[in-house]
Amino acid sequence: MRQYLLAVQLDESERDAPEDEVRAMLARTGKVTDEMKAAGSWVFVGGLEHSDASTVVRPAGGTTTITDGPFAETKEQLGGFWVIQVEDLDQALAWARKCALACGQPIEVRPFGDPSLRR
Amino acid sequence: MDVDGIYRAEYGRCVATLTRLLGDISLAEEAVQDAFATAVEKWEKTPPNPGAWIVTTARNRAIDRLRRESTREARHAQALLLHAPDEPREVGPVRDDQLRMIFTCCHPALSPPARAALTLRLLGGLEVGEIARAYLVPETTVSQRIVRAKKKIRDAGIPYRVPGEGELPERLDSVLTVLYLVFNEGYTSTSGELLRTDLCLEAIRLARALAELMPGEPEVTGLLALLLLTEARRPARVGPSGELVVLAEQDRSLWNRELIAEGHELVRRCLRLGRPGPYQVQAAINAVHTDGEATDWTQVLALYDQLWRLAPSPVVALNRAVAVAEVHGPAEALAGIEDLDLPGYHHLPATRANLLSRLGRTAEAVAAYDEAIALATNDTERAFLAAKRAVLS
Repeated sequence: MRQYLLAVQLDESERDAPEDEVRAMLARTGKVTDEMKAAGSWVFVGGLEHSDASTVVRPAGGTTTITDGPFAETKEQLGGFWVIQVEDLDQALAWARKCALACGQPIEVRPFGDPSLRR
Repeated sequence: MDVDGIYRAEYGRCVATLTRLLGDISLAEEAVQDAFATAVEKWEKTPPNPGAWIVTTARNRAIDRLRRESTREARHAQALLLHAPDEPREVGPVRDDQLRMIFTCCHPALSPPARAALTLRLLGGLEVGEIARAYLVPETTVSQRIVRAKKKIRDAGIPYRVPGEGELPERLDSVLTVLYLVFNEGYTSTSGELLRTDLCLEAIRLARALAELMPGEPEVTGLLALLLLTEARRPARVGPSGELVVLAEQDRSLWNRELIAEGHELVRRCLRLGRPGPYQVQAAINAVHTDGEATDWTQVLALYDQLWRLAPSPVVALNRAVAVAEVHGPAEALAGIEDLDLPGYHHLPATRANLLSRLGRTAEAVAAYDEAIALATNDTERAFLAAKRAVLS
Protein backbone atom coordinates (compact mmCIF):
# COMPACT_ATOMS: atom_id res chain seq x y z
CA MET A 1 0.00 0.00 0.00
CA ARG A 2 1.14 3.52 -0.73
CA GLN A 3 -0.06 6.90 0.48
CA TYR A 4 -0.89 9.80 -1.84
CA LEU A 5 -1.78 13.42 -1.26
CA LEU A 6 -4.70 14.59 -3.39
CA ALA A 7 -4.28 18.36 -3.26
CA VAL A 8 -7.06 20.70 -4.42
CA GLN A 9 -5.53 23.47 -6.56
CA LEU A 10 -7.87 26.37 -5.83
CA ASP A 11 -7.82 29.39 -8.15
CA GLU A 12 -8.16 32.17 -5.59
CA SER A 13 -8.36 34.89 -8.23
CA GLU A 14 -11.90 33.72 -8.97
CA ARG A 15 -14.64 35.44 -7.04
CA ASP A 16 -16.12 33.43 -4.16
CA ALA A 17 -18.94 31.18 -5.33
CA PRO A 18 -22.49 31.77 -4.01
CA GLU A 19 -23.27 29.99 -0.77
CA ASP A 20 -25.65 27.43 -2.26
CA GLU A 21 -23.00 26.39 -4.80
CA VAL A 22 -20.44 25.97 -2.02
CA ARG A 23 -22.92 23.82 -0.08
CA ALA A 24 -23.59 21.64 -3.14
CA MET A 25 -19.83 21.27 -3.69
CA LEU A 26 -19.28 20.25 -0.06
CA ALA A 27 -22.07 17.68 -0.37
CA ARG A 28 -20.39 16.19 -3.46
CA THR A 29 -16.90 16.07 -1.94
CA GLY A 30 -18.35 14.66 1.29
CA LYS A 31 -19.87 11.85 -0.74
CA VAL A 32 -16.48 11.03 -2.33
CA THR A 33 -14.92 11.00 1.16
CA ASP A 34 -17.61 8.56 2.34
CA GLU A 35 -16.86 6.34 -0.67
CA MET A 36 -13.13 6.42 0.22
CA LYS A 37 -13.96 5.39 3.78
CA ALA A 38 -16.15 2.52 2.58
CA ALA A 39 -13.35 1.33 0.25
CA GLY A 40 -10.74 1.48 3.01
CA SER A 41 -8.69 4.06 1.06
CA TRP A 42 -9.33 7.07 3.31
CA VAL A 43 -6.64 8.36 5.68
CA PHE A 44 -7.41 12.05 6.20
CA VAL A 45 -9.32 14.94 4.66
CA GLY A 46 -9.17 18.66 5.33
CA GLY A 47 -10.49 21.85 3.77
CA LEU A 48 -8.38 24.98 4.20
CA GLU A 49 -9.20 28.65 4.64
CA HIS A 50 -8.02 30.90 1.79
CA SER A 51 -4.30 31.64 1.70
CA ASP A 52 -4.85 35.19 2.99
CA ALA A 53 -5.27 33.48 6.37
CA SER A 54 -1.72 32.08 6.03
CA THR A 55 1.39 33.15 7.91
CA VAL A 56 4.89 31.94 7.09
CA VAL A 57 7.63 31.42 9.67
CA ARG A 58 11.10 31.40 8.05
CA PRO A 59 14.42 30.44 9.54
CA ALA A 60 16.91 33.33 9.34
CA GLY A 61 20.39 32.96 10.78
CA GLY A 62 19.49 30.99 13.90
CA THR A 63 16.32 32.94 14.55
CA THR A 64 13.05 33.24 12.61
CA THR A 65 11.02 35.89 10.82
CA ILE A 66 7.27 35.95 10.48
CA THR A 67 5.51 37.21 7.36
CA ASP A 68 1.89 37.60 6.39
CA GLY A 69 0.63 35.56 3.44
CA PRO A 70 1.28 32.22 1.75
CA PHE A 71 4.62 30.51 1.00
CA ALA A 72 4.37 31.27 -2.72
CA GLU A 73 2.39 34.13 -4.27
CA THR A 74 0.51 32.36 -7.07
CA LYS A 75 -3.03 32.34 -8.37
CA GLU A 76 -3.48 28.68 -7.42
CA GLN A 77 -3.23 27.84 -3.77
CA LEU A 78 -3.77 24.69 -1.79
CA GLY A 79 -7.49 24.76 -1.04
CA GLY A 80 -7.77 21.48 0.81
CA PHE A 81 -6.60 17.90 0.55
CA TRP A 82 -7.22 14.22 0.99
CA VAL A 83 -4.65 11.69 2.09
CA ILE A 84 -5.41 8.24 0.74
CA GLN A 85 -3.88 4.80 0.95
CA VAL A 86 -4.05 2.65 -2.22
CA GLU A 87 -2.08 0.08 -4.22
CA ASP A 88 -0.69 2.25 -7.01
CA LEU A 89 -0.92 5.48 -9.01
CA ASP A 90 -3.79 4.20 -11.15
CA GLN A 91 -5.98 3.72 -8.07
CA ALA A 92 -4.94 7.15 -6.77
CA LEU A 93 -5.81 8.69 -10.14
CA ALA A 94 -9.24 7.04 -10.08
CA TRP A 95 -9.99 8.75 -6.73
CA ALA A 96 -8.48 12.04 -7.97
CA ARG A 97 -10.84 11.96 -10.94
CA LYS A 98 -13.84 11.69 -8.59
CA CYS A 99 -12.46 14.46 -6.37
CA ALA A 100 -11.85 16.77 -9.33
CA LEU A 101 -15.39 16.26 -10.62
CA ALA A 102 -16.83 16.74 -7.12
CA CYS A 103 -15.01 19.97 -6.25
CA GLY A 104 -14.65 21.39 -9.76
CA GLN A 105 -10.94 22.14 -9.25
CA PRO A 106 -7.71 20.54 -10.50
CA ILE A 107 -6.28 17.89 -8.16
CA GLU A 108 -2.55 17.33 -7.84
CA VAL A 109 -1.71 13.72 -7.04
CA ARG A 110 1.54 13.40 -5.16
CA PRO A 111 3.03 10.29 -3.61
CA PHE A 112 4.28 10.35 -0.04
CA GLY A 113 7.99 9.58 0.25
CA ASP A 114 8.67 5.89 0.77
CA PRO A 115 12.18 5.30 2.22
CA SER A 116 12.09 1.61 1.26
CA LEU A 117 12.10 2.65 -2.42
CA ARG A 118 15.37 4.57 -2.24
CA ARG A 119 18.38 2.69 -3.50
CA MET B 1 22.15 -14.06 -36.18
CA ASP B 2 24.82 -11.90 -34.53
CA VAL B 3 24.55 -10.67 -30.95
CA ASP B 4 23.69 -7.14 -32.16
CA GLY B 5 20.71 -8.44 -34.12
CA ILE B 6 19.56 -10.57 -31.21
CA TYR B 7 19.95 -7.59 -28.90
CA ARG B 8 17.64 -5.49 -31.08
CA ALA B 9 15.11 -8.28 -31.41
CA GLU B 10 15.10 -9.58 -27.84
CA TYR B 11 16.01 -6.64 -25.59
CA GLY B 12 12.46 -5.39 -25.03
CA ARG B 13 11.06 -8.85 -24.41
CA CYS B 14 13.80 -9.70 -21.91
CA VAL B 15 13.54 -6.41 -20.00
CA ALA B 16 9.77 -6.82 -19.82
CA THR B 17 10.07 -10.32 -18.36
CA LEU B 18 12.81 -9.34 -15.91
CA THR B 19 10.76 -6.34 -14.80
CA ARG B 20 7.95 -8.72 -13.86
CA LEU B 21 10.36 -10.95 -11.96
CA LEU B 22 12.26 -8.15 -10.22
CA GLY B 23 9.58 -5.48 -9.93
CA ASP B 24 12.07 -2.78 -10.92
CA ILE B 25 12.78 -1.52 -14.44
CA SER B 26 16.31 -0.25 -13.78
CA LEU B 27 17.39 -3.48 -12.11
CA ALA B 28 15.88 -5.42 -15.00
CA GLU B 29 17.81 -3.35 -17.54
CA GLU B 30 21.10 -3.82 -15.68
CA ALA B 31 20.54 -7.57 -15.47
CA VAL B 32 19.71 -7.89 -19.18
CA GLN B 33 22.74 -5.80 -20.16
CA ASP B 34 24.93 -7.99 -17.94
CA ALA B 35 23.53 -11.08 -19.64
CA PHE B 36 24.25 -9.71 -23.14
CA ALA B 37 27.80 -8.89 -22.05
CA THR B 38 28.13 -12.51 -20.89
CA ALA B 39 26.70 -13.71 -24.21
CA VAL B 40 29.36 -11.80 -26.15
CA GLU B 41 32.04 -13.62 -24.11
CA LYS B 42 30.51 -17.08 -24.05
CA TRP B 43 28.57 -17.71 -27.25
CA GLU B 44 30.56 -19.64 -29.83
CA LYS B 45 27.38 -20.23 -31.74
CA THR B 46 23.91 -18.85 -31.06
CA PRO B 47 21.85 -21.01 -28.67
CA PRO B 48 18.55 -22.37 -30.05
CA ASN B 49 16.46 -19.94 -27.98
CA PRO B 50 18.64 -16.87 -27.38
CA GLY B 51 15.88 -14.90 -25.66
CA ALA B 52 15.31 -17.62 -23.05
CA TRP B 53 19.10 -17.91 -22.54
CA ILE B 54 19.33 -14.17 -21.89
CA VAL B 55 16.36 -14.20 -19.47
CA THR B 56 17.75 -17.16 -17.50
CA THR B 57 21.25 -15.68 -17.36
CA ALA B 58 19.93 -12.23 -16.42
CA ARG B 59 17.81 -13.74 -13.67
CA ASN B 60 20.78 -15.65 -12.25
CA ARG B 61 22.97 -12.55 -12.40
CA ALA B 62 20.28 -10.54 -10.63
CA ILE B 63 20.00 -13.18 -7.89
CA ASP B 64 23.80 -13.08 -7.41
CA ARG B 65 23.76 -9.32 -7.23
CA LEU B 66 20.89 -9.21 -4.73
CA ARG B 67 22.59 -11.82 -2.54
CA ARG B 68 25.61 -9.55 -2.29
CA GLU B 69 23.48 -6.58 -1.25
CA SER B 70 21.99 -6.68 2.18
CA THR B 71 19.19 -4.15 2.46
CA ARG B 72 15.73 -5.23 3.50
CA GLU B 73 14.39 -4.33 0.04
CA ALA B 74 16.98 -6.48 -1.69
CA ARG B 75 16.14 -9.50 0.46
CA HIS B 76 12.47 -8.96 -0.31
CA ALA B 77 13.09 -8.85 -4.05
CA GLN B 78 15.40 -11.83 -3.77
CA ALA B 79 12.69 -13.86 -2.08
CA LEU B 80 10.33 -13.04 -4.91
CA LEU B 81 12.96 -14.07 -7.44
CA LEU B 82 13.63 -17.40 -5.87
CA HIS B 83 9.97 -18.26 -6.09
CA ALA B 84 9.75 -17.34 -9.76
CA PRO B 85 9.07 -20.16 -12.21
CA ASP B 86 12.22 -21.67 -13.67
CA GLU B 87 12.02 -21.03 -17.38
CA PRO B 88 9.93 -18.06 -18.46
CA ARG B 89 9.57 -19.71 -21.85
CA GLU B 90 5.86 -19.91 -22.45
CA VAL B 91 4.65 -17.48 -25.08
CA GLY B 92 1.62 -16.31 -23.08
CA PRO B 93 3.33 -14.72 -20.08
CA VAL B 94 6.13 -13.27 -22.20
CA ARG B 95 3.61 -11.50 -24.41
CA ASP B 96 1.77 -10.23 -21.37
CA ASP B 97 5.03 -8.86 -19.99
CA GLN B 98 5.62 -6.83 -23.14
CA LEU B 99 2.08 -5.56 -23.18
CA ARG B 100 2.41 -4.47 -19.55
CA MET B 101 5.65 -2.73 -20.46
CA ILE B 102 4.08 -0.86 -23.40
CA PHE B 103 1.32 0.47 -21.15
CA THR B 104 3.79 1.38 -18.41
CA CYS B 105 6.00 3.32 -20.84
CA CYS B 106 2.98 5.14 -22.32
CA HIS B 107 1.25 5.95 -19.02
CA PRO B 108 -0.51 9.34 -19.22
CA ALA B 109 1.22 10.41 -16.00
CA LEU B 110 4.47 10.61 -18.02
CA SER B 111 5.17 13.51 -20.38
CA PRO B 112 4.62 12.67 -24.08
CA PRO B 113 8.32 13.08 -25.05
CA ALA B 114 9.26 10.80 -22.14
CA ARG B 115 6.73 8.20 -23.30
CA ALA B 116 8.29 8.05 -26.77
CA ALA B 117 11.87 7.93 -25.48
CA LEU B 118 11.08 5.27 -22.90
CA THR B 119 9.19 3.12 -25.42
CA LEU B 120 12.07 3.23 -27.90
CA ARG B 121 14.60 2.46 -25.17
CA LEU B 122 12.81 -0.24 -23.18
CA LEU B 123 10.79 -1.93 -25.94
CA GLY B 124 12.82 -1.17 -29.04
CA GLY B 125 16.20 -1.53 -27.38
CA LEU B 126 17.41 1.66 -29.08
CA GLU B 127 20.43 3.35 -27.55
CA VAL B 128 20.08 6.81 -26.06
CA GLY B 129 22.26 8.22 -28.88
CA GLU B 130 19.98 6.75 -31.57
CA ILE B 131 16.87 8.22 -29.93
CA ALA B 132 18.60 11.60 -29.58
CA ARG B 133 19.53 11.62 -33.29
CA ALA B 134 15.98 10.72 -34.27
CA TYR B 135 14.43 13.55 -32.28
CA LEU B 136 17.25 16.05 -32.82
CA VAL B 137 17.78 16.69 -29.15
CA PRO B 138 21.02 16.37 -27.19
CA GLU B 139 21.82 12.92 -25.78
CA THR B 140 21.81 14.36 -22.27
CA THR B 141 18.20 15.50 -22.79
CA VAL B 142 17.12 12.00 -23.80
CA SER B 143 18.96 10.30 -20.98
CA GLN B 144 17.52 12.79 -18.46
CA ARG B 145 14.03 12.15 -19.82
CA ILE B 146 14.50 8.40 -19.48
CA VAL B 147 16.03 8.61 -16.01
CA ARG B 148 13.26 10.94 -14.79
CA ALA B 149 10.53 8.77 -16.31
CA LYS B 150 11.90 5.61 -14.69
CA LYS B 151 12.19 7.45 -11.38
CA LYS B 152 8.62 8.66 -11.67
CA ILE B 153 7.38 5.15 -12.46
CA ARG B 154 9.02 3.99 -9.23
CA ASP B 155 8.33 6.99 -6.95
CA ALA B 156 4.78 7.72 -8.05
CA GLY B 157 3.85 4.04 -8.08
CA ILE B 158 2.90 3.76 -11.76
CA PRO B 159 1.79 0.13 -11.95
CA TYR B 160 3.37 -2.38 -14.32
CA ARG B 161 0.12 -3.72 -15.71
CA VAL B 162 -2.36 -3.57 -18.55
CA PRO B 163 -5.19 -1.18 -17.61
CA GLY B 164 -8.66 -2.58 -16.99
CA GLU B 165 -11.59 -2.30 -19.39
CA GLY B 166 -12.69 1.09 -18.08
CA GLU B 167 -9.34 2.82 -18.54
CA LEU B 168 -8.29 0.96 -21.66
CA PRO B 169 -9.56 3.26 -24.45
CA GLU B 170 -7.82 6.31 -22.99
CA ARG B 171 -4.58 4.43 -22.27
CA LEU B 172 -4.51 2.62 -25.61
CA ASP B 173 -4.82 6.00 -27.30
CA SER B 174 -1.56 7.11 -25.73
CA VAL B 175 0.17 3.89 -26.87
CA LEU B 176 -1.08 4.28 -30.47
CA THR B 177 -0.04 7.94 -30.51
CA VAL B 178 3.50 7.06 -29.44
CA LEU B 179 3.89 4.38 -32.14
CA TYR B 180 2.43 6.72 -34.77
CA LEU B 181 4.79 9.53 -33.71
CA VAL B 182 7.80 7.24 -33.89
CA PHE B 183 6.80 6.16 -37.41
CA ASN B 184 6.13 9.71 -38.61
CA GLU B 185 9.45 10.96 -37.29
CA GLY B 186 11.04 8.23 -39.39
CA TYR B 187 8.92 8.88 -42.49
CA THR B 188 9.35 12.66 -42.53
CA SER B 189 12.21 13.57 -40.26
CA THR B 190 12.24 16.89 -38.50
CA SER B 191 15.45 17.86 -40.25
CA GLY B 192 18.27 16.67 -42.45
CA GLU B 193 17.38 13.77 -44.74
CA LEU B 194 13.77 12.94 -45.45
CA LEU B 195 13.72 9.38 -44.13
CA ARG B 196 14.98 7.54 -41.08
CA THR B 197 14.19 4.01 -42.11
CA ASP B 198 15.21 2.42 -38.80
CA LEU B 199 12.54 4.38 -36.92
CA CYS B 200 9.84 3.37 -39.43
CA LEU B 201 10.79 -0.27 -39.10
CA GLU B 202 10.92 -0.06 -35.31
CA ALA B 203 7.44 1.49 -35.17
CA ILE B 204 6.12 -1.26 -37.45
CA ARG B 205 7.76 -3.96 -35.34
CA LEU B 206 6.16 -2.57 -32.17
CA ALA B 207 2.78 -2.13 -33.90
CA ARG B 208 2.96 -5.75 -35.08
CA ALA B 209 3.69 -6.87 -31.52
CA LEU B 210 0.77 -4.81 -30.20
CA ALA B 211 -1.59 -6.12 -32.89
CA GLU B 212 -0.62 -9.68 -32.04
CA LEU B 213 -1.17 -8.94 -28.34
CA MET B 214 -4.53 -7.22 -28.84
CA PRO B 215 -6.17 -8.77 -31.90
CA GLY B 216 -9.64 -7.67 -30.80
CA GLU B 217 -8.86 -3.93 -30.86
CA PRO B 218 -9.71 -2.59 -34.33
CA GLU B 219 -7.76 0.66 -33.88
CA VAL B 220 -4.58 -1.34 -33.22
CA THR B 221 -5.11 -3.30 -36.44
CA GLY B 222 -5.95 0.00 -38.14
CA LEU B 223 -2.70 1.61 -37.02
CA LEU B 224 -0.64 -1.38 -38.19
CA ALA B 225 -2.40 -1.29 -41.58
CA LEU B 226 -1.80 2.46 -41.85
CA LEU B 227 1.91 2.05 -41.13
CA LEU B 228 2.30 -0.87 -43.57
CA LEU B 229 0.49 0.90 -46.41
CA THR B 230 2.56 4.05 -45.86
CA GLU B 231 5.81 2.09 -45.60
CA ALA B 232 4.95 0.18 -48.80
CA ARG B 233 5.31 3.41 -50.81
CA ARG B 234 8.63 4.40 -49.29
CA PRO B 235 10.84 3.04 -52.12
CA ALA B 236 9.07 5.36 -54.59
CA ARG B 237 8.98 8.40 -52.33
CA VAL B 238 12.50 9.58 -53.06
CA GLY B 239 13.83 9.94 -56.61
CA PRO B 240 17.28 8.98 -58.00
CA SER B 241 18.96 12.14 -56.71
CA GLY B 242 17.27 12.07 -53.31
CA GLU B 243 14.42 14.36 -54.31
CA LEU B 244 10.89 14.06 -52.93
CA VAL B 245 8.40 12.43 -55.30
CA VAL B 246 4.72 13.15 -54.56
CA LEU B 247 2.16 10.36 -54.60
CA ALA B 248 0.71 11.26 -58.01
CA GLU B 249 4.15 11.07 -59.65
CA GLN B 250 5.47 7.96 -57.91
CA ASP B 251 6.54 4.91 -59.90
CA ARG B 252 3.98 2.42 -58.60
CA SER B 253 6.06 -0.54 -59.73
CA LEU B 254 8.48 0.33 -56.90
CA TRP B 255 5.81 -0.08 -54.23
CA ASN B 256 6.10 -3.10 -51.97
CA ARG B 257 3.28 -5.40 -53.13
CA GLU B 258 3.56 -7.74 -50.14
CA LEU B 259 3.08 -4.94 -47.61
CA ILE B 260 0.20 -3.55 -49.66
CA ALA B 261 -1.54 -6.93 -49.75
CA GLU B 262 -1.07 -7.35 -46.00
CA GLY B 263 -2.27 -3.80 -45.34
CA HIS B 264 -5.40 -4.27 -47.46
CA GLU B 265 -6.21 -7.51 -45.68
CA LEU B 266 -5.82 -5.79 -42.27
CA VAL B 267 -8.04 -2.88 -43.34
CA ARG B 268 -10.79 -5.30 -44.37
CA ARG B 269 -10.38 -7.24 -41.14
CA CYS B 270 -10.67 -4.24 -38.81
CA LEU B 271 -13.49 -2.54 -40.71
CA ARG B 272 -15.51 -5.77 -40.46
CA LEU B 273 -15.58 -5.27 -36.69
CA GLY B 274 -17.81 -2.24 -37.26
CA ARG B 275 -16.09 0.07 -34.74
CA PRO B 276 -14.38 2.59 -37.01
CA GLY B 277 -11.80 4.94 -35.51
CA PRO B 278 -9.37 7.53 -36.88
CA TYR B 279 -6.52 5.06 -37.53
CA GLN B 280 -8.78 2.62 -39.36
CA VAL B 281 -10.16 5.39 -41.59
CA GLN B 282 -6.67 6.71 -42.34
CA ALA B 283 -5.63 3.16 -43.20
CA ALA B 284 -8.66 2.88 -45.50
CA ILE B 285 -7.62 6.13 -47.24
CA ASN B 286 -4.18 4.65 -47.82
CA ALA B 287 -5.76 1.43 -49.05
CA VAL B 288 -7.59 3.45 -51.73
CA HIS B 289 -4.33 5.20 -52.71
CA THR B 290 -2.63 1.84 -53.15
CA ASP B 291 -5.51 0.12 -54.95
CA GLY B 292 -5.19 -0.22 -58.72
CA GLU B 293 -3.50 2.15 -61.17
CA ALA B 294 -4.87 5.49 -59.95
CA THR B 295 -6.43 6.92 -56.79
CA ASP B 296 -10.23 6.97 -56.64
CA TRP B 297 -10.55 10.49 -55.21
CA THR B 298 -14.32 10.34 -54.69
CA GLN B 299 -13.80 7.44 -52.33
CA VAL B 300 -10.90 9.23 -50.61
CA LEU B 301 -13.08 12.31 -50.08
CA ALA B 302 -15.89 10.20 -48.60
CA LEU B 303 -13.37 8.68 -46.17
CA TYR B 304 -12.03 12.12 -45.21
CA ASP B 305 -15.62 13.18 -44.48
CA GLN B 306 -15.90 10.17 -42.17
CA LEU B 307 -12.53 10.99 -40.57
CA TRP B 308 -13.73 14.56 -40.01
CA ARG B 309 -16.81 13.27 -38.17
CA LEU B 310 -14.68 10.96 -35.98
CA ALA B 311 -11.78 13.29 -35.25
CA PRO B 312 -12.15 16.83 -36.56
CA SER B 313 -8.88 18.78 -36.58
CA PRO B 314 -7.25 21.46 -38.75
CA VAL B 315 -4.80 18.85 -40.12
CA VAL B 316 -7.70 16.63 -41.22
CA ALA B 317 -9.35 19.66 -42.85
CA LEU B 318 -6.13 20.41 -44.71
CA ASN B 319 -5.70 16.84 -45.97
CA ARG B 320 -9.37 16.70 -46.93
CA ALA B 321 -8.83 19.83 -49.05
CA VAL B 322 -6.40 17.89 -51.26
CA ALA B 323 -9.18 15.41 -52.02
CA VAL B 324 -11.71 18.23 -52.50
CA ALA B 325 -9.39 19.78 -55.11
CA GLU B 326 -9.32 16.51 -57.07
CA VAL B 327 -13.09 16.00 -56.93
CA HIS B 328 -14.54 19.54 -57.01
CA GLY B 329 -11.59 21.64 -58.19
CA PRO B 330 -8.95 23.87 -56.54
CA ALA B 331 -11.23 26.88 -55.96
CA GLU B 332 -13.53 24.99 -53.61
CA ALA B 333 -10.53 23.39 -51.87
CA LEU B 334 -8.91 26.79 -51.34
CA ALA B 335 -12.10 28.23 -49.82
CA GLY B 336 -12.13 25.32 -47.36
CA ILE B 337 -8.67 26.03 -45.94
CA GLU B 338 -8.71 29.83 -45.84
CA ASP B 339 -9.55 30.03 -42.13
CA LEU B 340 -7.35 27.19 -40.89
CA ASP B 341 -5.10 28.03 -37.99
CA LEU B 342 -1.96 25.88 -38.08
CA PRO B 343 0.92 28.10 -37.00
CA GLY B 344 4.34 26.81 -38.05
CA TYR B 345 2.91 23.93 -40.12
CA HIS B 346 4.53 24.21 -43.57
CA HIS B 347 1.99 21.88 -45.22
CA LEU B 348 -0.67 24.61 -44.97
CA PRO B 349 1.15 27.26 -47.09
CA ALA B 350 2.49 24.45 -49.33
CA THR B 351 -1.05 23.23 -50.05
CA ARG B 352 -2.28 26.81 -50.57
CA ALA B 353 0.61 27.42 -52.97
CA ASN B 354 -0.30 24.32 -54.99
CA LEU B 355 -4.00 25.30 -55.20
CA LEU B 356 -3.20 28.94 -56.07
CA SER B 357 -0.84 27.91 -58.87
CA ARG B 358 -3.50 25.57 -60.29
CA LEU B 359 -5.88 28.57 -60.29
CA GLY B 360 -3.30 30.65 -62.19
CA ARG B 361 -2.81 33.05 -59.24
CA THR B 362 0.97 32.86 -59.72
CA ALA B 363 2.13 35.80 -57.61
CA GLU B 364 0.15 34.60 -54.59
CA ALA B 365 1.39 31.05 -55.16
CA VAL B 366 5.03 32.21 -55.14
CA ALA B 367 4.44 34.07 -51.87
CA ALA B 368 2.84 30.96 -50.33
CA TYR B 369 5.79 28.79 -51.46
CA ASP B 370 8.16 31.30 -49.83
CA GLU B 371 6.19 30.97 -46.61
CA ALA B 372 6.27 27.16 -46.81
CA ILE B 373 10.03 27.07 -47.56
CA ALA B 374 10.70 29.26 -44.53
CA LEU B 375 8.74 26.87 -42.29
CA ALA B 376 9.91 23.50 -43.68
CA THR B 377 12.53 21.91 -41.44
CA ASN B 378 13.91 19.07 -43.53
CA ASP B 379 16.25 19.58 -46.49
CA THR B 380 14.41 17.31 -48.93
CA GLU B 381 11.04 18.99 -48.45
CA ARG B 382 12.65 22.44 -48.70
CA ALA B 383 14.32 21.49 -51.98
CA PHE B 384 11.01 20.10 -53.28
CA LEU B 385 9.17 23.34 -52.48
CA ALA B 386 11.97 25.48 -53.94
CA ALA B 387 11.78 23.52 -57.22
CA LYS B 388 8.00 24.05 -57.39
CA ARG B 389 8.49 27.76 -56.75
CA ALA B 390 11.22 28.03 -59.40
CA VAL B 391 8.87 26.66 -62.08
CA LEU B 392 6.41 29.48 -61.33
CA SER B 393 8.69 32.50 -61.38
